[in-house]
Amino acid sequence: MAEFLQLVFSGLTVGAVYALVALGFTLIYNASDVINFAQGDFVMIGGMGTVFLAAAGIALPLAALMAIVAAVIVGLLLHRLAIEPARGASPVALIMITIGASIFIKGVAQLVFDKQFHSLPAFSGDAPIALGGATLLPQSLWVMGVALALFVALYLFLEKTLLGKALRATAANRLAARLVGVNVTIILALAFGVSAAIGAIAGVVVTPITLTRYDVGTLFALKGFAAAMVGGMGHPLGAVVGGLLIGLLEAFGAGYISSTYKDAVAFVVILLVLFFLPRGLFGGRTVERV
Amino acid sequence: MLGRLLRARYATLFLLAAIMIAVPYLAPSAFYLRVAAVVWVFALAALGLTILMGYAGQVSLGHAGFLGLGGYAVAIGPARFGLDPVLCLFLGAALAGALAFLVGRPILRLKGYYLAIATLGFGVILALVFHSESDWTGGPDGMAVARVTVFGTRLAGAATWYWVTAGALLIGAFLALNIEASPTGRALKALHDSEVAAAGAGIDVGRKKLAAFVIGAIYAAFAGGLLAAMNGLITPDAASFMHSIELVAMVIIGGLGSVLGAVVGAAFLVVLPQALTVLQEYEQAVLGLLIMVFMIFLPAGIVPTLRKWLLERLS
Amino acid sequence: MSLLAVEDLGISFGGVIAVDGVGFRVEPGQVFSIIGPNGAGKTTLFNLVTGIYTPHRGRVTMAGETLTGLAPHLLARRGMSRTFQNLQIFFRMTALENVMVGRHLSERTSLLSDLFGLPASSRQNRATRDAARVLLERVGLGAVADTLAGALPYGALKRLEIARALAAEPKVLLLDEPAAGCNAVETEAIDHLIADIAKSGVGVVLIEHDMKLVMKISDRVLVLAQGRRLAEGPPRDVRENPDVIAAYLGDHGAREADRAGA
Repeated sequence: MAEFLQLVFSGLTVGAVYALVALGFTLIYNASDVINFAQGDFVMIGGMGTVFLAAAGIALPLAALMAIVAAVIVGLLLHRLAIEPARGASPVALIMITIGASIFIKGVAQLVFDKQFHSLPAFSGDAPIALGGATLLPQSLWVMGVALALFVALYLFLEKTLLGKALRATAANRLAARLVGVNVTIILALAFGVSAAIGAIAGVVVTPITLTRYDVGTLFALKGFAAAMVGGMGHPLGAVVGGLLIGLLEAFGAGYISSTYKDAVAFVVILLVLFFLPRGLFGGRTVERV
Repeated sequence: MLGRLLRARYATLFLLAAIMIAVPYLAPSAFYLRVAAVVWVFALAALGLTILMGYAGQVSLGHAGFLGLGGYAVAIGPARFGLDPVLCLFLGAALAGALAFLVGRPILRLKGYYLAIATLGFGVILALVFHSESDWTGGPDGMAVARVTVFGTRLAGAATWYWVTAGALLIGAFLALNIEASPTGRALKALHDSEVAAAGAGIDVGRKKLAAFVIGAIYAAFAGGLLAAMNGLITPDAASFMHSIELVAMVIIGGLGSVLGAVVGAAFLVVLPQALTVLQEYEQAVLGLLIMVFMIFLPAGIVPTLRKWLLERLS
Repeated sequence: MSLLAVEDLGISFGGVIAVDGVGFRVEPGQVFSIIGPNGAGKTTLFNLVTGIYTPHRGRVTMAGETLTGLAPHLLARRGMSRTFQNLQIFFRMTALENVMVGRHLSERTSLLSDLFGLPASSRQNRATRDAARVLLERVGLGAVADTLAGALPYGALKRLEIARALAAEPKVLLLDEPAAGCNAVETEAIDHLIADIAKSGVGVVLIEHDMKLVMKISDRVLVLAQGRRLAEGPPRDVRENPDVIAAYLGDHGAREADRAGA
C-alpha cells in the first residue's frame, strides 16, 4: 500500500507537468490547428533560464519570472516568424516547421547555456513529508499546486474574460470569429504566448525534481503530445486527465514492471488509444463529408 | 531535347549514374568517398519515404526504427547466430517488412496528426528496445558489426563501399521509378489526393497504403543494414526520433515524391554537418533553421522547383 | 430481379434522422432521378448506397446480391461507380491520369511486376492509357488530356469525374449533380452523355437540381423531403403529384436559392 501510494505521488507529480504541456498543445491546437512540437522546449527554457539567471546572482523568483518572460518571447517569435508565414500549409509541413523550431531552440540553447544537467534548489526545502507510509517531497506539492492554480486560472480566463471568449470563438470557427470582429492574428499570438508561459512555469517548478538540460524538451513534448491525444486532441480537460493518466501509468510501469521502459509507456498508451479509440477519451466521433 | 529528358522515366537513373561515376574523379579521397557512400545509403532510406510519403501521402515520423532494425539484423545475426552478414541484410529487410505489415494496418487507418504521432510512437518504442535490450544489442553503446565477405572477398575500404552503396541506391531508384509510372503508383497517388474517390474507383485503399508502408520499411532496413556493415558499428542512435525527422526532412527538402529529390535531400543533410564540423556547436541550430526555412519558403522542395523552372524556361 | 434494389434504407446522425426508410429500384438502361430540396438527404442516400456510410437499417442489393455494409472499393468491384457533389478529383494528376485511375479494376499487374517494370506493366499502362483517352474524348475533354486536373475549370472537372466513373465500366452509375455549375451548352452536352450512357445498358441514378434536365431524361423520379420518400413515378406523374407541388411551392424560395448557390 505504501509503495502504491508512493507511485501515485510520483505519478501525479510528473503527470501534472505532462498535463501542463498537453494543455499548452491544446491551446495552440485549438486556436490555430497547429501541433507545436516546440512545446517541450518552453519547459526547458523555463528551467534552464531560471538556473542560469539565478547563477548570475539574480534572486530566484525574479530569475524565474525573467525566464518565463523569455519563453513567452520565444513563443511569440515562433508564431510570428514560423507559423504566420506558413499559413495554409499541410499538417505535415506544419509539424516539420515546429520540429525544426524545436531543433533550432535546442541548438541555440546549447550555445547560450551549455550541455550539462542542472538543478534548482527546492522551493521549500527537501525534508520529505510522511503520508500514509509513503513520503512526499515538498516540491511535488509545489508542482501539483502550481499546476492546479494554472488549470483554474486558464479555466477562468477562457470562460470569464472577453479575451478568453475570443480565443474560444477563434478555436470554434476562425472565419466566424473574424467576421464578428475578433483580431485572429492577435488571438493566435496570444495562444502561443500563454502556451509558452504555461510550459515555462512547469519547467521552473519541476526542475528541482527532474533536473533540466538543453534537450529535455523532446520527451516532455512527446509525452505531453501523447497526453493531449489520449484525452482527445483539443479538449482542455482531456489534456489534464491524459497528462495525469500518463504520469500515473509511467510511475506504475516503472514501479511494478520495469523502469527500463518507463519512457515507452506514453507511446504504448498512445498507440493503444489510437487503435481502439481513434478520437481519444473525450473526443467525439466525426463524420467525413464527401 | 532537354525538356523531353526532364520528363523521361529513367532520366533520373542516368543522371544518378553519371554523378556516381564522376564523384571519384572529382573528389578522389577516402574521406569524400565515405561521405558520398553515406549520402547514397541515406538516399536509399529516404527513397522508401518517397514512396510512402511522396506517392501515397502517408507520413511516417518513425521510419528510422526500420533503419535501426536493418542495422541490428546485420549486427546480431552474425554475432549471435553465426549467420552470413549478406543473408542478414536480406533477413533484416524481410523482418522490417513483416513488422511493417503487422503494425501497418491499424496505424495507417489514422490520418494527419494522428498518423504522425502513431508512427512517431512506434519509432520511439523500437529505439527504446534497441537501447534497453543490452544482452542482444549492446545497449546505448551499440555493437560492433562483423566485416562482410562476399564470394571470399572482404568488403573493406571507402572505394568498395562507395560502389556497393551506389549500386544499392541505383537499384532502389530503379524500383521507385518503376512503381511511380505503374498502375500501383497511380493508385498510391490517387489515394493521396482523395481516398474516397480512389476507393470509388475500386482501389483497396488500406491495402495499397500497407504495401507502400512495407516497401518503405524494406528500403529503410536495407539502408540501415548497409550503414551498419559499412561503419562496422550500430548504435540505438540510428533508430532515434532525430534520425526519423532527418529522413522526413530529406524527402521534403529534396522534393516530396521526387526520386532525385530524395537523393538531393539526403546529400544536403549529410554533407551539411560535414561542412559545418568547423562550427560544430552550431550544427543543431543550423539544421533546425534550415528545416524551418525550407518548409516555409520552398515547400515543394529543391528538385521539383528547379524542374518547374527549367520546363518554364524551355517552353 | 432489379439491377439495383434499395430497400428501407435509414441512417441518423446524432439523433437526427437523415434518411428514413427510403427504397427504390433501378433497371438496366434506366435513368432514375432523385430530387428534393437541399438537406432532403439525397447525397446521404448516395453515400449509403455506395458504402461510404453504413446504414442503420435497410438493404442494398445488386442483381440479387446483398451489398449492404460492403466497403466502397468492393462495391466498385461489383459494378457500382459514382461522381461526387463536391468534387473528388486527383488534383495532382493530369486529366488523362485521373481517368486512368478509373481503369484500376481492369488492370491486371502484380506489385512485383510494377516494381521491376516488367513488360506486363508497360503493356498494361499502354492499354489503360488508350482506354482512358477514348473516354476523355467521349466526354469532350480530349484536348486537355495532359493538363493538370487542378488547372481545369469546374465544368470540365464535372465531366472528368463522369469519365473516371465510366472508366470502371460500371453496371450502375450514380451521378451527384453532374450539371451543377454548368452553362446551358455544357448542360446540354451532359444531357446527351447521360442518355448515351443509359442507352448502353447502364442503370443511371441521378441527383440533379436542374428540373428541365431531370424531366427530360428521367425514366422515373424519386422525390425526397426531410429524408423521406415524398413521391415516386414517371416524371409527368411526379410533376403533377399534389404532395410534390405543395412541398415545392412551399419550398419555392429555398429551391431557387439552392439552384443559385449550386
